[in-house]
Amino acid sequence: MAVALILLLVAIASVLFHVYSPWWWTPIASNWRYIDDTINLTFWITGAVFCAVIAFMAYCVLRFHHKEGRRAAYNPENKKLEWWLSIGTAIGVVAMLAPGLVVWHQFVTVPADATDVEVVGQQWMWSYRLPGKDGRLGTSDARLISSENPLGLNPNDPNGQDDVVVQNDDLHLPVGKPVKVLLRSIDVLHDFYVPEFRAKMDMIPGSVTYYWLTPTRTGTFDVLCAELCGAAHAQMRSRVIVEEEKEYHAWLEKQRTFAELSGQRDVAKAAYKTGSE
Amino acid sequence: MVDIPLDHVAGIPPAEVGEVELYHPRSWWTRYVFSQDAKVIAVQYSITAMSIGMVALVLSWMMRLQLGFPGTFSFIDANQYLQFITMHGMIMVIYLLTALFLGGFGNYLIPLMVGARDMVFPYVNMLSYWVYLLAVLVLAATFFVPGGPTGAGWTLYPPQAILSGTPGQDWGIVFMLASLILFIIGFTMGGLNYVVTVLQARTRGMTLMRLPLTVWGIFTATVMALLAFPALFVASVMLLLDRLLGTSFFMPTLVEMGQLSKYGGGSPILFQHLFWFFGHPEVYIVALPAFGIISDLISTHARKNIFGYRMMVWAIVAIGALSFVVWAHHMYVSGMHPYFGFFFATTTLIIAIPTAIKVYNWVLTLWRGDIHLTVPMLFALGFIVTFVNGGLTGLFLGNVVVDVPLSDTMFVVAHFHMVMGIAPIMAVFGGIYHWYPKVTGRMLNDVLGKFHFWVTFIGAYAVFFPMHYLGLLGMPRRYHDIGETSFVPASAHDLNAFMSVAALIVGFAQLVFLFNLVWSLFKGKEAGGNPWGATSLEWQTPETPPGHGNWGKELPIVYRWAYDYSVPGAAKDFVPQNEPPSGAVAQGAHP
Repeated sequence: MAVALILLLVAIASVLFHVYSPWWWTPIASNWRYIDDTINLTFWITGAVFCAVIAFMAYCVLRFHHKEGRRAAYNPENKKLEWWLSIGTAIGVVAMLAPGLVVWHQFVTVPADATDVEVVGQQWMWSYRLPGKDGRLGTSDARLISSENPLGLNPNDPNGQDDVVVQNDDLHLPVGKPVKVLLRSIDVLHDFYVPEFRAKMDMIPGSVTYYWLTPTRTGTFDVLCAELCGAAHAQMRSRVIVEEEKEYHAWLEKQRTFAELSGQRDVAKAAYKTGSE
Repeated sequence: MVDIPLDHVAGIPPAEVGEVELYHPRSWWTRYVFSQDAKVIAVQYSITAMSIGMVALVLSWMMRLQLGFPGTFSFIDANQYLQFITMHGMIMVIYLLTALFLGGFGNYLIPLMVGARDMVFPYVNMLSYWVYLLAVLVLAATFFVPGGPTGAGWTLYPPQAILSGTPGQDWGIVFMLASLILFIIGFTMGGLNYVVTVLQARTRGMTLMRLPLTVWGIFTATVMALLAFPALFVASVMLLLDRLLGTSFFMPTLVEMGQLSKYGGGSPILFQHLFWFFGHPEVYIVALPAFGIISDLISTHARKNIFGYRMMVWAIVAIGALSFVVWAHHMYVSGMHPYFGFFFATTTLIIAIPTAIKVYNWVLTLWRGDIHLTVPMLFALGFIVTFVNGGLTGLFLGNVVVDVPLSDTMFVVAHFHMVMGIAPIMAVFGGIYHWYPKVTGRMLNDVLGKFHFWVTFIGAYAVFFPMHYLGLLGMPRRYHDIGETSFVPASAHDLNAFMSVAALIVGFAQLVFLFNLVWSLFKGKEAGGNPWGATSLEWQTPETPPGHGNWGKELPIVYRWAYDYSVPGAAKDFVPQNEPPSGAVAQGAHP
């Protein structure tokens, strides 16, 4: 009696917690509402199964617990019942998997008009690179990394000269424009994670990974690292500021290009040399 | 299912192979320390595993203290937190659960349940334990080496696992990898034993389809482990070479602390594939023995045959096979080719079907049973609740696109603790309460057992159920302190504190269990040979605890499956496997 009741209470408490607790995902700020929908669908299906199994178990414990003189039934198997249960389960699985795969297809199919934005992770800070007027990012190579060229950009690539480099500062994105986020790491694994965007992907030294999204509302969002990257993993933070296109362009105008940054460094170095002589 | 005719049952052929003489201990040392008796080795495995498990339990208290009350405890900093989670995870998954299920339960139960005198290679079996002990000691030593244990996370992902930004980069990681290599060597020696014993040393009449599901679970898990651990073995050797000799199996051109490193040309993703090719089957290496044990506990304590035995066996085998083609569902956001997602999401969700069948058959076994709410039965019920909960959240994480927002968050931590932490440990506890009387001849204390169950079950559920919602909120895992964010409300910290308090209470309840284990050894009620009225062979030994060689003069002969409970017309509500058929009983005899 008590055992059955407690089992039932566990299921009821779980459902009540799910419905009434204040802890739920943060309001979405990207086009991936479909992901939220798929999660909701999964909650409904799995929640129903969970409650059904626990309730049935509680019923069995209540109805069939040992009493003087009770004897269990003897029924080794019931092929028909087992097949129906398997088929029912398969239907439930397909109901979750099919929409999941459709949304995954969207997730991995980058629209042609998406703008490239590069995110570079390193222990323990974020840098960003946006294409300049030519709309293309220059190449990069970890072997080119030096204190003058911390992101390892290729100085001989004409496409890269006008790339906008944002080091250890906020990333700005225009609202409503699809973005292909190119992810690069120069040391260990990182993961560019903005909870409001729902999307995330690891960054791997030696290759470039990506995902795409369209920011759907303006605001300032936290960037966290979601792949363990060493001692200061939890402090590896940045921010993404999604704003109207006009403000975005105003911000972009103020940023330094790769050519300016490297040119300025050359000047600074030259001055230092003259001074010391 | 077809009942076999009586003359068939009686006509069990004589043994074709004569018995082999066992090694008999000559001194105290060879009887209790360097013993070749699987039962002693099982106890050695269990005690070692539980001892190192206590270390992991204490580490979990440290983690919960930090998460519940960040900044309060000055003796826990970011580095130590990472070291704690790494060691906690590795110990619990490999050195506790794997060793306890296969080395502990496997060694004790396989020979007894299949009607053998011992494992087929007793000497190798003994070596297996001593190499395992060495692995545990090397692992424990990492707490004392300069720099402390590795803080790379239990997944040990390179490049960070062997670079200087990670705690324990000097010695911790080297000892960890060495310990894993030793563990796998030790396990392989034991594992071969379990497999060959099940295949070759079954007594007369014990067909494969009459084996108790516990044996099926342990057997399948062992076969899987023998196929999966080599992947971890090579990954560990290669990572060790990368760390010590400067090879670059997993290391691309990269920068270490601002300097271009000497590495180049390797693939970090390759390590992840190798790790998870082991790591996913590992989940089922822990789960399948639990499935088997739970099946037998439910059947015995509900006095009812397991429902759908053949389906249960095939489900175990199917899960074992499928678990080798789902590994990359741990890597949906690793940066592997995105099209892998379609394949691995499909295979992963297909596994849900045989797994669900097992759950249905457990609850259908309860239906119209005669349910004795003994402590093992309570743990079995607790197992079903936590396993169903954790299994269902697996459908979130297995469905590739749903995994994207949830991966690397506390949702994942909650999921795998529920499904491969709490659920298997429920099976371990249930199994210990169930078989302790056979091992020691005495019952564990019932009142303490019930206290232990309720606190553990309710407490662990209170820790891990709400944890999913922190993950939904977006809280990443492996953070010692979430710090300032715009999306985590203050109330989430209160929830964290609540979970920590619950975790500490659950932890202390385990001390009650340990006390019960020791106290009952001396003061427990005398158990007799078969206190639960169970059918399987281990309860039919001439002595309790079983002597060396298990069966006295004559090996038992098996006439029926292990689930003849409440057979209509039989005098008692159970018919042991080795009871010859008589007219009345044979009616229910089952092939």
